[in-house]
Amino acid sequence: MCLESTPVSNETLLSIKSLSVNFGGLKALSNVNLDLHKNEVVGLIGPNGAGKTTLFNALSGLAPVASGELEINGKSHKWPKAHDLVDLGISRTLQGVGLFPELTVLENVMIGDNKNSKSGLISAALGINGRDEAKLRNRAMSALERVYASGIADRRADTLPYPVTKRVAIARALVSEPKILLLDEPAGGLGAQDIDWMNSIIHNLATQCSVILVEHHMDVVMSVCDRLYVLNFGELISSGEVETVRRDPAVVAAYLGVNN
Amino acid sequence: MNQFITAVLTSLSSGAIYALMSISLVLVWRSTRVVNFAQAGQAVLTTFIGYEVTVRSGSYWIGLIAAVISGALVGAIIDRFFMRPIFKRVKSGPIVMIAPVVATLGLLGLIQAIIGFIWGFTYVSIEAPVSTDGYNLFGTVVAFSPFNLMVLVAATIAMLLLTLLFQKTNIGLALRASAFSPEIARLSGIKVDAVRTLGWAIAGAAGGLAGMLYVPGSYLHPNAMDVLLVFGFIAAVIGGLDSLFGAVAGAMILGFAINFATSYISYKLVFITAFALLITVLLVKPNGIFSSSKGRKD
Repeated sequence: MCLESTPVSNETLLSIKSLSVNFGGLKALSNVNLDLHKNEVVGLIGPNGAGKTTLFNALSGLAPVASGELEINGKSHKWPKAHDLVDLGISRTLQGVGLFPELTVLENVMIGDNKNSKSGLISAALGINGRDEAKLRNRAMSALERVYASGIADRRADTLPYPVTKRVAIARALVSEPKILLLDEPAGGLGAQDIDWMNSIIHNLATQCSVILVEHHMDVVMSVCDRLYVLNFGELISSGEVETVRRDPAVVAAYLGVNN
Repeated sequence: MNQFITAVLTSLSSGAIYALMSISLVLVWRSTRVVNFAQAGQAVLTTFIGYEVTVRSGSYWIGLIAAVISGALVGAIIDRFFMRPIFKRVKSGPIVMIAPVVATLGLLGLIQAIIGFIWGFTYVSIEAPVSTDGYNLFGTVVAFSPFNLMVLVAATIAMLLLTLLFQKTNIGLALRASAFSPEIARLSGIKVDAVRTLGWAIAGAAGGLAGMLYVPGSYLHPNAMDVLLVFGFIAAVIGGLDSLFGAVAGAMILGFAINFATSYISYKLVFITAFALLITVLLVKPNGIFSSSKGRKD
C-alpha cells in the first residue's frame, strides 16, 4: 500500500528506450524501456542478477551501453559519462555506501557537489573561502536535514553506525539538488526501525525530485513506489501500477511468487 | 649543548627535505596505488632543468621556480602519456599490481639515461643562494647555516600550502575523494583522470623543490636523488603511506634518528639507522605509525 504522496505529474522527466548492455557474450540487459515522471517514485525490482544495478550503471556511465536511446526532459541525450551526471540533474547512491572514512560527514556530503564549488588555494590561504564555500556548506546541511542527520555533520564517517551511513550517502546524492535520484538498495542491511526511517525519507524525497528505486525489501517497494518495472534475466517482464504488477503472473512466477 | 642544538637543527633541516620527497611519493600512492620509483629520476631531471636555468640566468631563485614548474609538467606528462594508458590496458590478473610499479622502475632508468645523455654522467653543483657557513652559537660555529634555515622555511611553507590545498579547497577534496573511491568521485562530477594527473603534477613539483633544496649541500648527477628516494620512501612507510601528516612526521623521525646517531655515535651510521628504523616500524606497526587502525576502505 503506497503512502499518500505528492501528486505525480504526467511530465516525463526521463525516458529509456530499448536499452541493451552486453558483457562479453552475456546479455545483461535486452531492449529495456523505462519512463520516469516528475515527482514519481519508480521501483525497479527483480531477482538477483536480473540487471537492475546494470541499468543504473548504464544510466550513470559506469557500464557500456550496446544500444538504446536516452531522453531527458523530452530531449535526446547521449548516454552520459559518470562525471556528467551532476550537470544532467541526476544523482545516485551505490549498493556499498562508499563514504570516505577519513572525512567528516559534512565533507562527505559536500563532495556530492564538488563540481560547483570554487574554493581555490589563494582564497583558502587568505581565509576568504567566502560565498561558494558557504553556499555549498548550507546545501550540504540542508541535505543532511532531509535525511535526519544534521546533528552528526562534524563526525568522522568511520565512526558512524551502518544505518546512519546509508542516510549520509543519500544526503551526498541530494546535495547537488538533483531532479532524478537513483537509489540502489537503500534499505539493504537495515533493521525494521531503520527501514521505517528510510520509507519516510524516500517518501519525502518525492516532493522535490523523482526517484528510481532498486530494492529487495518488498515492504519498502510497495509502500513508497508509484509504479514498478520488473526485470528478469535482463529483460523487462512487467511494468505498471504497483497492484497490477503485484498480480502479474509472470512476476509472481519470476520473483514475488517466492513469498506468495 | 651545542652538539645537541646542532643535531636538532640539522635534523629539522634534513627532515624537511625528506618530507618533501616523502610527500611526493605519498601523493602518487594515494591517488593511484603506485609506488613511484621514477620520482627520483623526475626530481633529478627537474633539478637539472633548475640547474640549467640557474646557470643561464645567474639566479638560484629563477632556477628554483623553473624546477618546480618543470617538476609539475614532467609529473603530469608521465601520468597522462605513460601511467594512464598502462592502467587502461592492464585491467585484470596479478599484472595489475606489478605492471605500474615495474613501469616506474623502467621510467627511472630511462630518465636517468636521458639525463646522462644530455648533461653527461659527471658531477655538477648549484651554488646556494645564501651562506652555507654555520651560525656562530655562543662562540662556537655550529653545523647549521642560513641555507639550512632557508631549506627548513621553504619546505615548511610548501607543506603548509599543501595542507591548505588538501584540507580547505575543493581541489583538495576532489584529490582525496578520487584517491578513496574513484567511482563515487566520478558520480559526484569529479573528473578523476584529470584529478589524478593533478596529483602527479603536485608530486612532481614537490620533488623538484626537494631537489633544488637538496643539491646545494651536495652534488648533482643522474643518480643524485637515489638516496633521497630511499629516505623519502622510508619516511612514507614509517608515517603510514596514506597520510600527508604521516609523511612529514615520518620524515622528521627519520631526520632526527639519522642526525642524532651520526652526531653522537658515528658518521657511518646513516644507512644502518635508517633501515633499522624502517624494519623496527614494520615489525611493530606494519601499517605505519600514523596509519588509521581501520585501514582504508576502497
